[in-house]
Amino acid sequence: MTKDEVAKVALLARLRLNDDDKGRYAQQLTSILDFIAQLGELDTEGVEPLAHGVDRTNVFREDKARPALDREDALANAPRRSAEGFLVPAVLD
Amino acid sequence: MQLTEMKAAELVAGIAARKFSAVEVAQAFLNRTEKLKHLNVYVHLEPEVVLDQAKAVDKRIAAGENPGPLAGLPVAIKDLLCVKGEPTTCGSRMLKNFRPPYDATVIEKLKSAGAVLYGKANMDEFAMGSSTENSCYGPTLNPWDTKRIPGGSSGGSAAAVAAMTAPVSLGSDTGGSIRQPAALCGVVGLKPTYGRVSRYGLIAFASSLDQIGPFTWDVPDMALIMEAISGGDSRDATCVPDPVPNYLAEIEKKPEKLRIGIVREFFGEGLDPEVEKSVRDAIALYEKLGAEIKEVSLPHSKYGIAAYYIVAPAECSSNLARYDGTLFGHRSADYSPANDDEKKLPALVRMMMASRAEGFGAEVKRRIMLGTYALSAGYADQYYNKALKVRRLIRNDFETAFKEVDVLIGPTTPTPAFALGEKSADPLAMYLSDIYTITTNLAGLPGLSMPCGLSSGGLPIGLQLVGPALSEAKLLQVARMFERETPWHTKRPNLTV
Repeated sequence: MTKDEVAKVALLARLRLNDDDKGRYAQQLTSILDFIAQLGELDTEGVEPLAHGVDRTNVFREDKARPALDREDALANAPRRSAEGFLVPAVLD
Repeated sequence: MQLTEMKAAELVAGIAARKFSAVEVAQAFLNRTEKLKHLNVYVHLEPEVVLDQAKAVDKRIAAGENPGPLAGLPVAIKDLLCVKGEPTTCGSRMLKNFRPPYDATVIEKLKSAGAVLYGKANMDEFAMGSSTENSCYGPTLNPWDTKRIPGGSSGGSAAAVAAMTAPVSLGSDTGGSIRQPAALCGVVGLKPTYGRVSRYGLIAFASSLDQIGPFTWDVPDMALIMEAISGGDSRDATCVPDPVPNYLAEIEKKPEKLRIGIVREFFGEGLDPEVEKSVRDAIALYEKLGAEIKEVSLPHSKYGIAAYYIVAPAECSSNLARYDGTLFGHRSADYSPANDDEKKLPALVRMMMASRAEGFGAEVKRRIMLGTYALSAGYADQYYNKALKVRRLIRNDFETAFKEVDVLIGPTTPTPAFALGEKSADPLAMYLSDIYTITTNLAGLPGLSMPCGLSSGGLPIGLQLVGPALSEAKLLQVARMFERETPWHTKRPNLTV
């Protein structure tokens, strides 16, 4: 992985990195990906992917409104808030 | 015998019989915890909050009520289980000020069983690590040798029990995070079948792998806690609704016929000779006790770490996307552009990038990036889908093995506890310490680690038992067979208080 690729992934992952970080992660992620490359040795043609260890089918419940968190409880941990909502930097100019 | 030396079952019985009070028990553990502060086991512990719960239990007992099967029992909690209104930080700067608005299901269950919620135990940040060195609160020290790591990510929960600062604790296991620290701290640790215990209120790392489980001194205590925390939950759709067995009754039964499989791949290169000897001795004991021993093969297990380090980071990158400085968690005070590239980004994006950069530690960032990369356009098939196919092959190996044997046996870890700092500079070396535990998470199976020896340096060695899905009762039964014949679960670290 190059430093440029790390920068691209960091932006996708919303992580600010400085130049030193990028160099270090490029090297570490490369060695991890090299290790992972051994998966390529295996022929997995026709193998069904397994997303969960325990096979489950859909679990349904009645489509009925139930009490949810109070607004005050939901807002209690907000880094910035108004009386009734979360505040973030302006999205549109 | 001092209260802090007692097992959970003895404490619960003594409190119920009013031989001693819940307050006396809580106070004994608080006193000992205070003297062992240097181990850095707890990241939040409010003596008043602990004592208030104990007082309430004593009051109910005095009034003739039955407060439940865990009445007055202190339970240390890994700091990723939500406790309403109490700090729940995941060992991360990101959640330093977070106080959950609700209880995790296991916390509700503990409360309704009469347990006393003890301190929040230290952990690797967001449960990512094998040494508890990735905590923003600094590492927990191994009670058997304070120059060594306790294992991780549930290192605080394992050390809490090993140092007798709590009689039992809860942790979570995504790739070995209960079994590995249990092995390195000389206690019993169980990772239940995926879905046996509700994950509601467990702060998610990798949702298809995470599972909550207890740490105890012995198998009867494990059975006691498992009965209290297991069972279906409408708030966790992956939770298994099957009825919970009476584990306490099951463990005293002796299996009529027992076939134990030695996993050939778990005795290869990298296995410490002392660990191997202890595990071989344990196998010989089982044979003496009448078990049929067979060698079995899990041919794809050598790909376990590689598959895991795609699946877990992929899920982590998605789960941890919620920490963006918006709804809860850390928000950066200064997100003005750090360079020319950032000038092109909207303020909202810069706020998220700066908040996440400040809030997360190095390992969490590494895994988020690895997962983001593995799921990104053009790579998802090569990495993520490939890993899921290998995951199927790994589970098929187990299914084949369980046609021939009832449980699998092997070491929990390749070596006893390693030194603080020994593997922190090399992420891959750290990942490899989970080589024997990681495949059971990929396959969703239950795995138990129990003490089976001490190294010449006096460090605990762990024996791992793995069974088919929902075979916890059998695993505990088989573990109990060993425990009845050996002294290892009675060994305690030599701590001066």
